[in-house]
Amino acid sequence: MKPASFDYHRPQTLDAALGLLARFGERAKPIAGGQSFGPMLNMRLARPEHLIDLNDLVELDFIRVSEAMLEVGAMTRHHRVATAPEAARSHPLLAAAAATIGHYAIRHRGTLGGSLAHADPAAQMPLVAVISGARLVLQGLSGRREIAASDFFKSVMTVDLAEGELVTSVLYPRLPINAGWAFELFSRRRGDFAVVAVAVLLTLDDAGRLEDLHVALGGVAPVPLRLDLSAVAPSGVIPDDTWIEAVSEFAAQSIAPEDTVQIPAVFRREVTASLTQKALATSLARSRKASA
Amino acid sequence: MSVARMISLTVNGETLEATVEPRKLLADVLREDFGLTGTHVGCEHGVCGACTVLIDDQPARACLTYAIQMEGHEITTIEAVGGTDLSPLQRALHEEHGLQCGFCTPGIIMTFEAFLRDTPDPSEDDVRDVLSGNLCRCTGYQNIVAAVLKAARTIREERP
Repeated sequence: MKPASFDYHRPQTLDAALGLLARFGERAKPIAGGQSFGPMLNMRLARPEHLIDLNDLVELDFIRVSEAMLEVGAMTRHHRVATAPEAARSHPLLAAAAATIGHYAIRHRGTLGGSLAHADPAAQMPLVAVISGARLVLQGLSGRREIAASDFFKSVMTVDLAEGELVTSVLYPRLPINAGWAFELFSRRRGDFAVVAVAVLLTLDDAGRLEDLHVALGGVAPVPLRLDLSAVAPSGVIPDDTWIEAVSEFAAQSIAPEDTVQIPAVFRREVTASLTQKALATSLARSRKASA
Repeated sequence: MSVARMISLTVNGETLEATVEPRKLLADVLREDFGLTGTHVGCEHGVCGACTVLIDDQPARACLTYAIQMEGHEITTIEAVGGTDLSPLQRALHEEHGLQCGFCTPGIIMTFEAFLRDTPDPSEDDVRDVLSGNLCRCTGYQNIVAAVLKAARTIREERP
């Protein structure tokens, strides 16, 4: 449980970090909070020759709110995202999901950018980025580009990040003031990765009819799964309990989860249905309260 | 190949030096190089919480941190908690029988010293959420929860 040898680099600026990544290529790995990558190093699942420590890049630790967007720097710790009033105001779903990551001490070290680049299929931050229609800002020596979260996640722990590129920030469209939202997660032990996680975002019009609905699931596929709900949730419908049940059942039938001894597929479907039901009810209640 | 180098760390307000390989865990440097064996090592991958210390006053796993990363930061370990007297949290753990073998206790104390500083009036749910990050195989947790809530009351009452 001790890592293999590595050379240690501690760049003081983003440019210096990008320079080191370009210089060492595949032999180097960046480390942010180290709450997922640290265990991989200790268990020797990863054996980089060069470790590039990003923790001095304070320029990537920020939360900025503009009229339409919430931008969070890649080195911002989960605890800050979970507790910053400006995050809670402009994107309460993001803040609520961040508060469920790992444990208290883990949230004080783990970072937004690290979680996204690591891309665990059951992790909170990839799921929220996808359902929010967030855009990731990536930088390499050759320049800056933006990519939609739904294009960034390719498979289990596999993302569209070129060699030498780093995630530097994430742009989330702010939630409308009357948005209903919910984040629900089931794990066997508090702080474990989710067996299933469900995120919901919706808006209702003045008459209480459904305007817009997004449901995304984590832990059930290699990447966060955003559901196509056009068949069961046309806009204009007035959501009631029967509707909630129909959408939840649709969500459960939309997934093709792994069937394992620990977590049979039928169990994951049941959990998906019940969490979706809860998340829809919570979202509707929040939206109605915001409009009242 | 990495070469051992001299690092200088601030631990409990003191400057301490050691010559270590970059891959050496903070927990191991604290214990082996600095003789601060109050920081316990359990799982070495962030799950058990036994090695929790404070980095710049915030709780962190000393097994997921390499000592070399800590130059320029302030480390606080269990050795700095209390003095001739026990801290209110240590006292409450003693009175409420919040430990048996004591292996997990330093990590629990470091976690909650930080938590109670930032959250002076926590609910039982808050305490249980934070305690989920520290494994204890003896107590069944009930007495630890009671002790943390008692410590919170004491700290609030003792505050001027």
